[in-house]
Amino acid sequence: MMQPVSQPASADPLLRVENLVVEYPLGNKTVHAVSSVSLDIARGETLGLVGESGCGKSTLGRAVMQLRRPVSGKVLFDGQDLTAMQGDTLRRMRRRVQLIFQDPIASLNPRRRIGDIIAEPLVISGVKDAKKREQLVHDVLGAVGLDPQLVTGRLPHEFSGGQCQRICIARALVLNPEFIICDEPVSALDVSIRAQILNLLEEMKARYGLTLLFIAHDLAVVKAVSDRVAVMYLGRLCEVGPSEQLFAQPAHPYTALLIEAIPVPDPDVRPAESVAVGEPPSPIAPPSGCRFRTRCPRADQRCRDEVPELREVAPAQFAACHHPLIGPA
Amino acid sequence: MTGPALLSVEGVAVDLPTPRGNLRAVDHVDLSIGAGRTLGIVGESGCGKTMLSRAILQLLPKKAKLTGRVMFDGQDLVRLDRERLRKLRGRSLAVVFQDPMTSLNPVLTIGTQLIETLQEHLELDSVAAKMRSIELLAAVGIPAPEQRLMQYPHQLSGGMRQRVAIAIALSCEPQLLIADEPTTALDVTIQAQILDLLAREQRRRHMAMIIITHDLGVVAGRTDEVAVMYAGRVVERAPTPDLFKRMRMPYTEALLAAIPKIDAKPHTPLPAISGRPPDPTRPLRGCSFSPRCKYAWAQCLIEKPGLEDADSPGHQYACFRPLAAGVPA
Repeated sequence: MMQPVSQPASADPLLRVENLVVEYPLGNKTVHAVSSVSLDIARGETLGLVGESGCGKSTLGRAVMQLRRPVSGKVLFDGQDLTAMQGDTLRRMRRRVQLIFQDPIASLNPRRRIGDIIAEPLVISGVKDAKKREQLVHDVLGAVGLDPQLVTGRLPHEFSGGQCQRICIARALVLNPEFIICDEPVSALDVSIRAQILNLLEEMKARYGLTLLFIAHDLAVVKAVSDRVAVMYLGRLCEVGPSEQLFAQPAHPYTALLIEAIPVPDPDVRPAESVAVGEPPSPIAPPSGCRFRTRCPRADQRCRDEVPELREVAPAQFAACHHPLIGPA
Repeated sequence: MTGPALLSVEGVAVDLPTPRGNLRAVDHVDLSIGAGRTLGIVGESGCGKTMLSRAILQLLPKKAKLTGRVMFDGQDLVRLDRERLRKLRGRSLAVVFQDPMTSLNPVLTIGTQLIETLQEHLELDSVAAKMRSIELLAAVGIPAPEQRLMQYPHQLSGGMRQRVAIAIALSCEPQLLIADEPTTALDVTIQAQILDLLAREQRRRHMAMIIITHDLGVVAGRTDEVAVMYAGRVVERAPTPDLFKRMRMPYTEALLAAIPKIDAKPHTPLPAISGRPPDPTRPLRGCSFSPRCKYAWAQCLIEKPGLEDADSPGHQYACFRPLAAGVPA
């Protein structure tokens, strides 16, 4: 196993992921979904996690929750290793960590009333007093901008996608968690609704003192809410750094490529001509060495032979690249 | 507009019967596009942009009622008999849909589908059709085209499938290509490649193209003209640089403002558009955007604004309280 890589060390991270490996069996082959990823998230911080489909960002989120058990590595939440926990201990821990998914309509049970859906986590965690539950549901619905009187008795199909996402956020907040994993929370929503939900997440973060792992494929969306951003490619971490710094001077060629590929809503910005070459290879047989080398303009023999380690290329900015675009060569 | 229109949509309305009453999906739209030009149609889900494209292609659901005229190359498609329409579609009038998995036939090879289209419209013999298919696949950037002919759609990645769909659409040198959210299902780096490919082929073939999208970023650098749709109507229409620099319609302004910008500082609250689009089965008396518009006044609630000419040529907007001319957003 590799040594834990150096990371923007925060003295007291709420979440620390160490050399996490997640694999899925596929016939007689193995999908290398997450390969030795290490990350820290400080208390009160929002870490954005970006990458294209299949890069392992959602799997990483699920492995943090122990919804998918990692093959190896540790997930330390508030100092305790979730990978070593089972049954009740894990369940108690999970109250402090919640998930919000991409498709808000599919993540709500279509036959249950909104009031019951949001009260469910309270029932499971043993809040027996029905009056108290009702009060908590009432408060949290108000907090996410829905009128409790109008909403609790209705079914999910009566709401739009944006409203369903508000309901999902309310359900995630009702247990007063410390940490929320948002997995593509706005990618199914229209532009005008997306901004509402992003603003709501920021408000809720301040109001409930949350720490967020914000997973998305849209860099501009991630930048809007994140203190730091981590970039994943084919199961590995390419780069981590403070949001503005990372976007202003990306060190990893893949980060640079992602930034260039964003369509800018300004007719004076001519789209870069074919910045991206080829497509990501299969995570069943990832390339040797640096996994990005098959699409990288800077790749050479060393990238083929040697897996690049994350190293500091600028203050608090780390990149796993033999030929970074900035920093000490 | 320069030159005579290749396609002109004249007073097109589409009504769909639903259990909740009549739904006016497209509400008296006039649009035109000249040969070799590109037009972007932008709007959020439910704004009628897809129904409009289906109205042009005469591919509306059976129950839909279409009024108005769709003049293409001198003939009204609405009144054309099925046989003549079938000859036109695929030949002079081609389409690329959002999801290449559903537009390609899953049980036929790529080769069969390409060759079928070529033989149907161009009367090529099988050898010539096969040669042409290989050329087309190579032109859209598919490696090892000869082998790909034998493959089925599920054996290709999403980006590759969309390239195949584009190859089929381009196969008979259409005069007009309608691309309906051609990159929405794809990753950013692949999206850039596909948009580049469409732009390159459009220029090379001097073909007219309509790009339908929810993303203002997609149309900004790649179209000559943009039409913004809201609640079934075109609410603003202008040459692309004019639309972005001198927008007059508050909805266009709000839509652009709601997009997270890559150069904005993290944690900047987004100017979200409050509320959501109106229920299309309950049309409003006044301007459809008025309930969400920060500039709306009494007239906006009781009267529907028509499209009016702005000072700059080719620029039209439907608003009683337009933004000041010449003020950049």
